[in-house]
Amino acid sequence: MATTESSSVELTGSSAGYGVDNPAPVIEPPRARTARTPKSTRTNFELYGWLFMRLSGIVLVVLVIGHLLIQLVLDGGVSKIGFAFVAGRWASPFWMAWDLIMLWLAMLHGANGLRTIINDYAERDGTRFWLKMLLWTATVFTILLGTLVIFTFDPNIR
Amino acid sequence: MSTATLDKQEPKDATGSAAVELITATFRIRRFNPEVSAEASWEDFQVEIDPKERVLDALHKIKWELDGTLTFRRSCAHGICGSDAMRINGRNRLACKTLIKDISPEKPITVEAIKGMTVLKDLVVDMEPFFQAYRDVMPFLITSGNEPTRERLQTAEDRERFDDTTKCILCAACTSSCPVFWNDGQYFGPAAIVNAHRFIFDSRDEGGEQRLEILNDKDGVWRCRTTFNCTDACPRGIEVTKAIQEVKRALITRRF
Ligand code: FES
Repeated sequence: MATTESSSVELTGSSAGYGVDNPAPVIEPPRARTARTPKSTRTNFELYGWLFMRLSGIVLVVLVIGHLLIQLVLDGGVSKIGFAFVAGRWASPFWMAWDLIMLWLAMLHGANGLRTIINDYAERDGTRFWLKMLLWTATVFTILLGTLVIFTFDPNIR
Repeated sequence: MSTATLDKQEPKDATGSAAVELITATFRIRRFNPEVSAEASWEDFQVEIDPKERVLDALHKIKWELDGTLTFRRSCAHGICGSDAMRINGRNRLACKTLIKDISPEKPITVEAIKGMTVLKDLVVDMEPFFQAYRDVMPFLITSGNEPTRERLQTAEDRERFDDTTKCILCAACTSSCPVFWNDGQYFGPAAIVNAHRFIFDSRDEGGEQRLEILNDKDGVWRCRTTFNCTDACPRGIEVTKAIQEVKRALITRRF
């Protein structure tokens, strides 16, 4: 039992060399709590994030389905969309507010969803960090650009 | 009573031995021995067995008659101790509660260690991270004031509130079926939340606030994606996902 030579276990291909004197490498327990384990944060961030996903989801159902109906179905469908159509809608503060809220909620909802997916799937801390940086950069850029366009839109641009 | 049992037993004995029909089932077991190889591999065993027996009986047969090096945990063999959770045909179950006839023995039956924890040998995993998460939620009664001289009384309805989560046997079938637990290091896992739920909703306990605070953290209940793997896996039929949702609701109603 003491050495591999005398043991009755039949050694297979990749086993050569391992024995009591030279054991195969030990795989670190993946979930052990060590000094490097992140400390608890004691904030309600995840709670608010979770609530935000539910509430923004409900509002987005109305906003997005309304948006799709107006843009693609009612009144001639997609063929009616043009510069004039957009300019006409954004002349009204109601549609500006609709589009602004939809932009913000959809971007934050999507970004937070992707954040949780990155948290779930990224295995190394570095990967997780850079994926999140990419995500936040893209989100902030899109939100700012969209907001800028909605507020500074000039129908006489031509 | 005893005569009735005897009467019943006699015809059963007469037909019993004749009616037992052995089948040949193939058990495809994930073997791993760190002293021999760094890699795990599948090994097939053919067993002549009564399909009304359990997977645990087949493992015993293999260990006692075919290959003594097969390593697995079991203690009670009756679904109480929670020692022998394993992945059987890709699903987490207790080997001692799974009848061979129920898991299509015509095809090879795969048996492997539960996922997400370090395999020590064959079907035995290191349960320490699992129990660490369990200890972290403080699974014991917390009270203040003087000890009562008698029992701590509770109405039947108050007891009913957390009845489901008292059934947990800490087999880790739920936690090791949870994809969030597989993918990332530090999620508490369903079993720890179930055992927190058992005390949070106990009217005699006063530590609910602290436990909710612990589970409100980054790796607490908010990481649950409601995939229901845990509810499917639980050999005790605990509605695990429901318990997790109830903790979430408690956190939200506490806040607002
Ligand atoms: S051996 Fe005790 S639960 Fe299966």
